Amino acid sequence: MAHYLDIIFRSIFLENLPLSFFLGMCTFLAISKQVKTATGLGAAVLVIMVITVPINNLILNHLLKPGGLAWAGQPDLDLTFLGLLTYIAVIAGVVQILEMVLDRFVPALYNSLGIFLPLLTVNCAIFGGSLFMVERDYSFGESVAYGFGAGGGFFLAVVCLAGIRERLEYANPPAGLRGLGLTFITTGLIAIAFMGLAGMNI
Amino acid sequence: MAETRMELFVRPIFKRNPIALLVLGICSSLAVTGQMTTAFVMSVCVTLVVAFSSLIISIVRFQIPGSVRIGIQITVIATLVILVDQILKAYYFELSKQLSVYVGLIITNCIVMGRAEGYAMSNPPISSFIDGIGNGLGYGVILMAVAFVRELLGAGTLFGFEVLPLTSNGGWYVRNGLLVLPASAFFLIALLIWFLRSIDPDQQEKS
Repeated sequence: MAHYLDIIFRSIFLENLPLSFFLGMCTFLAISKQVKTATGLGAAVLVIMVITVPINNLILNHLLKPGGLAWAGQPDLDLTFLGLLTYIAVIAGVVQILEMVLDRFVPALYNSLGIFLPLLTVNCAIFGGSLFMVERDYSFGESVAYGFGAGGGFFLAVVCLAGIRERLEYANPPAGLRGLGLTFITTGLIAIAFMGLAGMNI
Repeated sequence: MAETRMELFVRPIFKRNPIALLVLGICSSLAVTGQMTTAFVMSVCVTLVVAFSSLIISIVRFQIPGSVRIGIQITVIATLVILVDQILKAYYFELSKQLSVYVGLIITNCIVMGRAEGYAMSNPPISSFIDGIGNGLGYGVILMAVAFVRELLGAGTLFGFEVLPLTSNGGWYVRNGLLVLPASAFFLIALLIWFLRSIDPDQQEKS
């Protein structure tokens, strides 16, 4: 149990996808103008990651890896080179399904997320989550924990940034820094704050 | 065609830089800026993928049904990225280890998708190809600029060669630990954006 908690803690704070790996920056910067939309999008990312990372883990272990296809009588087949294409297809499928479900059952949230939901297909954080899962060779249980932690980390970071940006609206920065530049500096400061937790272990 | 090919090529590098103005493709880019070598390889990879995906998508653009175009674009891009990834793994294994997941992440790099969707779908192949190279280089310029500062001041080296002798090796330069941290890339990008927008006030955001 402690092992899974450790994975969750690490992926939320120490290996936060947007803040220390720069993944999902496009969405991260575009959606963080208001806390409300940021919360909705953060939640969507969290849900998608909890679903896609374990699915990709199953696909990797039972279809793509050498020996993975042993159950189908093909013990020597190594399909790992198809990995990238498969993961992105799974993510695109899950996003599409989530979009239809939200449209049907929670239209208010669907309308406020608007264009950003389909864009989650090309969100590097979600794709990166699956790739890190592959690189670190997680088991199924670990990949569930990692999906949850990585999605939660994104959620936390985007809501923090949105809260600060709402306040920054009232600031009076140099013209060239207004908007994007200032947002980058804020993100950097948040990243340093998260880094303060480095070295903690569960 | 309102613009010449030269304009098409040069504009995305300075005037409409994909990172600084359009905020695209920051995702996978900054983490490789700790060293010039990785930043350089990453720029080359992205330029190749953008250029060829634009070319291919532009060639088949009349055959792509509108409703499934995103899926087709992703498939073309993913195939190209797999090619790049396999080539790196075969010939430059060390480099591909350092770049780790970031080569794969070119698939979700918004620049590639953005150019495919925004330009290649509605323009002829040659222009799309040039536009792709221009955007790839625009991305590369920012990446290399950030990597230059981070590697020079953070480790005292450029492309792995020692430029500023470190105190630990008997030199005079005390390396700046902040620039090794990922957070420094955010600050450097912010400064670059500030610089670019001060030169060209058209890019400034309204208050």
